[in-house]
Amino acid sequence: MKRIYMDHIAATPLHPLALEAMLPYLKENFANPQSPHSAGQEAAAAVDEAREKVAQLIHSLPSEISFTASGSESNNFALKGLALAHKSRGTNIVLSAIEHQSVLHSARSLEKLGFSITLVGVDKYGIVDPAEVEKAISKQTVLASVMLANSEVGTIEPVKEIAQVCRSHNVLFHTDAVAAVGNIAVDVRELEVDTLSLAANQFYGPKGAAALYIKKGTRILPFIDGGIQEGGRRAGTENVSGIVGLGMAAEIAGREMGSRRECLKPLRDRLIQLLPQKVDRVLLTGHPEIRLPHHASFCIEFIEGEAMLLNLDLKGIAASSGSACTSKALKASHVLLAMGLDHATAQGSLVFSLVEGTTAEDVNYLLEVFPPIVERLRKMSPLYTKYLEEKER
Amino acid sequence: MIYSEKVMEHFQNPRNVGVIKDADGVGEVGNPVCGDMMTFYIKVKDNRLADIKFQTFGCGAAIAVSSMVSEMAMGKTIEEALKISNKTVAEELGGLPKNKLHCSNLGADALHKAIENYKERQKAAKKEAPKKSVSEEKCYCPYCDGPIEGLENYCQACQIELELCPQCGQLSKKGEEKCPRCGAKKAKA
Repeated sequence: MKRIYMDHIAATPLHPLALEAMLPYLKENFANPQSPHSAGQEAAAAVDEAREKVAQLIHSLPSEISFTASGSESNNFALKGLALAHKSRGTNIVLSAIEHQSVLHSARSLEKLGFSITLVGVDKYGIVDPAEVEKAISKQTVLASVMLANSEVGTIEPVKEIAQVCRSHNVLFHTDAVAAVGNIAVDVRELEVDTLSLAANQFYGPKGAAALYIKKGTRILPFIDGGIQEGGRRAGTENVSGIVGLGMAAEIAGREMGSRRECLKPLRDRLIQLLPQKVDRVLLTGHPEIRLPHHASFCIEFIEGEAMLLNLDLKGIAASSGSACTSKALKASHVLLAMGLDHATAQGSLVFSLVEGTTAEDVNYLLEVFPPIVERLRKMSPLYTKYLEEKER
Repeated sequence: MIYSEKVMEHFQNPRNVGVIKDADGVGEVGNPVCGDMMTFYIKVKDNRLADIKFQTFGCGAAIAVSSMVSEMAMGKTIEEALKISNKTVAEELGGLPKNKLHCSNLGADALHKAIENYKERQKAAKKEAPKKSVSEEKCYCPYCDGPIEGLENYCQACQIELELCPQCGQLSKKGEEKCPRCGAKKAKA
């Protein structure tokens, strides 16, 4: 059976050139970049080169890039590091209601240390209104965080405007750009954010390699205490091969982002256009245009996401869902609920996120096998039976 | 695959899916907040379950559990069917992922509700028209994922009072100014 991978938001394939660049640092050049001998210095040079490449991708200085082990770690680093370093200025944190768990839960941890959280809602497309952020900011607000793009619904947020609002109120601003960097153009000079997270596994780099951009001159507490790695802010022996893979993936993304978009966006658009024609009672989630180019997300009414994922998997298609049953915690997606969807509809969440190499045939195959899956599950669904009964009346 | 072969087999070929229009008993459990909903229909003949049909809204485990319950109960006496428990269903299915065990609770519960409904109808046959037996909503604590018993919005394990957010319907700690899920301001009690 042919396998079709449409779960970019969970992890992208590793680019062959990134793998090739990584291998020497897993084999012959295993040295520690902090060692003064030449093997160590070669590794250090490789880390420096990767830092330059990541900086180039987001238009920062190399010294503004701190390597971490995941997007979640970068978000923890930013939230906790900024809030605790500036606690004397204020103890309120403003967040959008659709932030990633690593942002929401970091803030929740900070609550135990005396901080308070103000959540800003979103509209039905999942867009955060900068004016709402401004309203949420109080004299106590020290930090705000709004993501650049939401991986569950694909919506891209007006981060530049929100950052401006925060700056005018002297509030620090972090953006979780994990879903965005490497897929759409991101320029930190233009966005003027204080910190920004990115992760390699969202743009064809390896897992376990990520970074936090920290604007020059920003006061932030170290995230891991120890040695002098990452300017003393994040101690621990560098994941050299991962960092090199991240650097190579960043270089390739800078070069190929446009052509990837040209390939994937028409296929994605086709999916968004045709899926609701093939299946009734389907809702596109997120903004129809202001969204990640590879990202299509829906709620299929009357049926549940995990049951659809299992059936798709049996047909060789890998996708994802924000349904309660899919999450380990068995909770419906906070993103979809914040957008005003009810629980039953949110349970029907389905995300198809295309990767490099997805073809028109793949999309056609999906459009062919998906309607019978929906039909089969709806036949089993008490909600669908109720809907049909009410329709008849 | 996260499920056993047996679960996947039932998920792909669920037995006894459907509706019995002139059922002798109907049982509904679950609600979309928790993720799964099941409706069981039974026909009873000579104190035995002569026919069982179900409809399920939910994940793979929920569908497999419903199918398994219907298969286990078919042809059994009322007393035998009442002995089917969440535990025996999960065992018959070759185990379920730990976080899915509450789905199997629902399968046996839904069948038991249908039987209860049948008994009520028998009693009420002379008096008034039968009603559907609908269970109270079973929910889970958002902090520890333990079950919340009955309609009390109180988690025994965490020993905290919970309340439903009027905006998103999610449970959260009582007394919090804003719902941590959707950001809506809670009305002060």
